[in-house]
Amino acid sequence: MAGMVEVTNLTKYYGKFPAIEDVSFEVKRGEIVGFLGPNGAGKTTTMRIITGFLPPTSGTASVAGYDLVDKSREARAHIGYLPETVPLYTDMTVESYLGFMGTIRGMDSKRIKVRTGEVIDACRLGDYRRSHIGKLSKGFRQRVGIAQAVLHEPDVLILDEPTIGIDPIQVVETRQLIKDLSGSHTVILSTHILPEVSMLCNRVLIIHEGSIVAEDTPRDLANKLQGVERLEAEVQGPPAEVAEALGKIRGVREVDIATDNPNHNIFKIQARRGLDLRPTVSRIVVNNGWSLLNLQLVSMSLEEIFLKLTTEEDVDA
Amino acid sequence: MRNTMAIAWKEIRAYFTSPVAYVVALIFVALAGYFFVRSVDSILTGANFPEASMRETLTQISIFILPWLAPVLTMRLLAEEQKIGTIELLLTSPVRDWEVVLGKFIAAMSFFIATLALTFWYVLMLEWRGNPDMGPLLSGYLGIILYGGTAVAVGLLASSFTSNQIVAAVMSLGILVLLTFLEVAADQVTGVTATIVGQMGMTTHFDDFIRGVIDTGNIVYYISLTAVFLFLTVRSLETRRWR
Repeated sequence: MAGMVEVTNLTKYYGKFPAIEDVSFEVKRGEIVGFLGPNGAGKTTTMRIITGFLPPTSGTASVAGYDLVDKSREARAHIGYLPETVPLYTDMTVESYLGFMGTIRGMDSKRIKVRTGEVIDACRLGDYRRSHIGKLSKGFRQRVGIAQAVLHEPDVLILDEPTIGIDPIQVVETRQLIKDLSGSHTVILSTHILPEVSMLCNRVLIIHEGSIVAEDTPRDLANKLQGVERLEAEVQGPPAEVAEALGKIRGVREVDIATDNPNHNIFKIQARRGLDLRPTVSRIVVNNGWSLLNLQLVSMSLEEIFLKLTTEEDVDA
Repeated sequence: MRNTMAIAWKEIRAYFTSPVAYVVALIFVALAGYFFVRSVDSILTGANFPEASMRETLTQISIFILPWLAPVLTMRLLAEEQKIGTIELLLTSPVRDWEVVLGKFIAAMSFFIATLALTFWYVLMLEWRGNPDMGPLLSGYLGIILYGGTAVAVGLLASSFTSNQIVAAVMSLGILVLLTFLEVAADQVTGVTATIVGQMGMTTHFDDFIRGVIDTGNIVYYISLTAVFLFLTVRSLETRRWR
């Protein structure tokens, strides 16, 4: 089997408003992948599609090889899910709630009994097994939410903002809990806190305004993002030569050809921070006899997001 | 079926842990008791030997109690799941939509039948002091259960439309009052229209049961109407998923 979770060209419109556009990624068995992005970036929408709660407008998603539209029930059987709001039946006790969730996920009563004991221990809910969920604090409800998500030992664990809205000590505990659980599961978790991703994940997908803007290991991503200035140049001319000439400019780190239109290509240039290379680039293009159709500094959304993410919340890490 | 029963059982427990159930049962018994006394008391009825039957009681339960009882019993079932978001975990579990709907229907029906069973006390009293004809009595109960099934299905449909319980209750109350009084409305028109409108009314098909006649047509009416409303509820849940 290829990826445990495969998402291809996923697009979701709410009316005319695109929540996510053309999102593709793959998560392999045993990986812990973090969805990082500011609020409203499309993290929850993506997760709701992967869990079969929402249908995509176009594109496909599959879990454990089952398509979420055609084989929704089979796919859902492989998923453990913790929605952002941690919706629980407040009039039930922890134990009876877990029993109910186990039953509708097809576990037999023997296994429910064993697993309920195990997850109650793992989530340290022992003293509260007969408490009504409505009487528990936010942090404990979060644990109940995680407990129900892992109860049936799903192949894929999907956690939407698992540490939001709980106090700092509980955040640390919850992260530890996720870390402990992650050994045996494929995990996708979303967060808008950068340190959380570096702490828990092997890989991070940065999602912004409905698209994946970067994908890397947390460490490489941080390196990549620091100290880079980006330019986009649209040039009419032989692509390879143009790229070579641009690459020779002092301070340029990398040149990518973004389109393969033979007449005018878009070149993405990365340069050292603090350099404005626009005059140099335009001179070199013109001197070589090519035409410069467009040249602009890219206000790189990635960096903005990165900034947002690093400055927003560091305290609780 | 296991999923269905798990959902039904969960809802039945929820009924008995909330005060709503007890209030509903209390008012039900109080009203039914009043209807019963009125139908058998010789002073109130003006007859020396009033009929030892549940005929009056069951008819009045169908007209004056069911149209509000069913909305109250069902308004929470799907609306609350949508309001607090538990529907997200329910529908992302490997359960089918119809299992959810059927489970909730069974729960509401169980509670309704349990409440109705409290009126068996009146039957015992009839047995004790009189000589009731058990045939019409039992067919009457069959009728009221079928009638209740349709009413509960209407309530469930309304509850699937909204996350607001009050809105759900008012919607189903409206539909049920309409279906209850279609027979009366049929008197306002003539000919084929009157027949059609009259046949659609819920009370029209109830009278035979009260008289002790178990007509397949009437059973088919209630069961198919119930099935239609349950089917629409399933579709309504599906569109929620696909919205």
